[in-house]
Amino acid sequence: MARAVSTRRKTLTTVAAWAVGLLIFFPILWTFLTSFKTEATAIADPPVFLFFDWTTENYSVVQERSDYMRFLWNSVIIAGGSTLLGIIIAVPAAWAMAFVPSRWTKDILLWMLSTKMLPAVGVLYPMYLIFIQLGLLDTRIGLTIVLMLVNLPIIVWMLYTYFKEIPGEILEAARMDGAGLKEELLYVLTPMAIPGIASTVLLNVILAWNEAFWTLNLTAASAAPLTAFIASYSSPEGLFYAKLSAASTMAIAPILILGWFSQKQLVRGLTFGAVK
Amino acid sequence: MSTQHSRSAARLMMAPAVIVLLAWMLVPLTMTLWFSFKNYLPLRGGDLGWTGFDNYARFVTSSAFWPSVYATLVIVGGVLVITIFFGVLLALLLDQPFWGQGVVRILVIAPFFVMPTVSALVWKNMFMDPVNGLFAHLWRFFGAEPVSWLSEAPLFSIILIVSWQWLPFATLILLTATQSLDSEQLEAAEMDGAPPLKRFWHIILPHLSRAITVVLLIQTIFLLAIFAEIFVTTQGSFGTRTLTYLIYQRVLESQNVGLGSAGGVYAIILANIVAIFLMRIVGKNLDT
Repeated sequence: MARAVSTRRKTLTTVAAWAVGLLIFFPILWTFLTSFKTEATAIADPPVFLFFDWTTENYSVVQERSDYMRFLWNSVIIAGGSTLLGIIIAVPAAWAMAFVPSRWTKDILLWMLSTKMLPAVGVLYPMYLIFIQLGLLDTRIGLTIVLMLVNLPIIVWMLYTYFKEIPGEILEAARMDGAGLKEELLYVLTPMAIPGIASTVLLNVILAWNEAFWTLNLTAASAAPLTAFIASYSSPEGLFYAKLSAASTMAIAPILILGWFSQKQLVRGLTFGAVK
Repeated sequence: MSTQHSRSAARLMMAPAVIVLLAWMLVPLTMTLWFSFKNYLPLRGGDLGWTGFDNYARFVTSSAFWPSVYATLVIVGGVLVITIFFGVLLALLLDQPFWGQGVVRILVIAPFFVMPTVSALVWKNMFMDPVNGLFAHLWRFFGAEPVSWLSEAPLFSIILIVSWQWLPFATLILLTATQSLDSEQLEAAEMDGAPPLKRFWHIILPHLSRAITVVLLIQTIFLLAIFAEIFVTTQGSFGTRTLTYLIYQRVLESQNVGLGSAGGVYAIILANIVAIFLMRIVGKNLDT
């Protein structure tokens, strides 16, 4: 790739790319800025961009009034728990399919993927009923299980594609050198599998954190995560832009940071290996 | 190659994943099918017996059905056209060499990581609000009458919000595909004097066709199911009641479970039709 690019062209591309990038990012930037304004400044016409008296008051108000930490904690437990549970179930399965493939492997993988395509609304009432019967409605454990099931196909798929890249010859070499099953797992396979598992964890925490069908429909007060907390701002009272912005910033900041690390995994995880 | 022993071990390792997914698929699905043939109103008499295909007929003949099909088609179609068109343009732009590639890519991808309830509410209030929204400020600045976006142009507004969320996904995947393009082929075409538009049409677009298909299919499946964006903005009013939202209202709001379940079965069939095409592409890729 030794294509000579003129400086003029590169400058033009730079300007265009930055303009588009900032335009797309603007709603997030605007939310961030507004979260540091007073309610009056937040709706000022003409809008103020950077030069206002920055205040962190909104953040403390949001925390005091609505107990933000509880929702945050629910999100952490549900997103983290469902991912962990999914990994525990998926690692052996993906492992088996990658290293001991049978003629069923492909069909099983595709079938697993097909469960991901099931529209959630189609099974809303049954899930609602099951949750009531089992006492799982509005509990963190119930939501953790559902989100694990929703994302399990993606976890299995991602792990499968990563494990597939571990060359089988390495195992044979280790065996020749006299490594037993324990050494093989501990010193050869695990170190090679960890990056793939880490990427899978990352993407699935993001997906679970942002999931907004089951979290809205199967929770009320006690297990509601941040998605549901933010939804409560859809019926506002009085001036609330700055507070909405503060709450939104707190809800998306952690995942935005994780997301930036997982760009590559996003393609792999969400296209099921169909685009390389 | 693999021994009988390792085969049975493999089966054992796969069992938990297969069993939970099988249960997750079969149990609620069977219940939905079951309810769809019943006249079941939990708050008004409970189970009123079997009704055959009545619910299926009533769901498609209700006055809300065709408007919801229309809303679904317009939203899904609109978002697909916008995200794929701008996704291709953006992918080509971001593939060029320029200063700050890493940062710009992060800026472009960011909306995908914003939870749906946040993006819908931020757009609804801080941009589209007819009094205090940024668009209203902008309209007034140019002396125009501010638009009440979500009631006057409801479908367009929803399409705009959802497109903002999904454009990063389309861009990222199309960019990945663009980067695997053979640059020598492009250079050869350039040297032969093929103008940019011709190069795009005959080399770049065919190369991207598979990625575009994948984006189209995956997004269709996710877009058919959008819920939160409507839930926190219009609650299905102003003609934004999609098929998904209609089923949700039937099942949870008016508690007509039989009718809603029949709708659910339609939604499942529809999603499966799209899924079959996607699976074919994915399956082909598994062999190689």
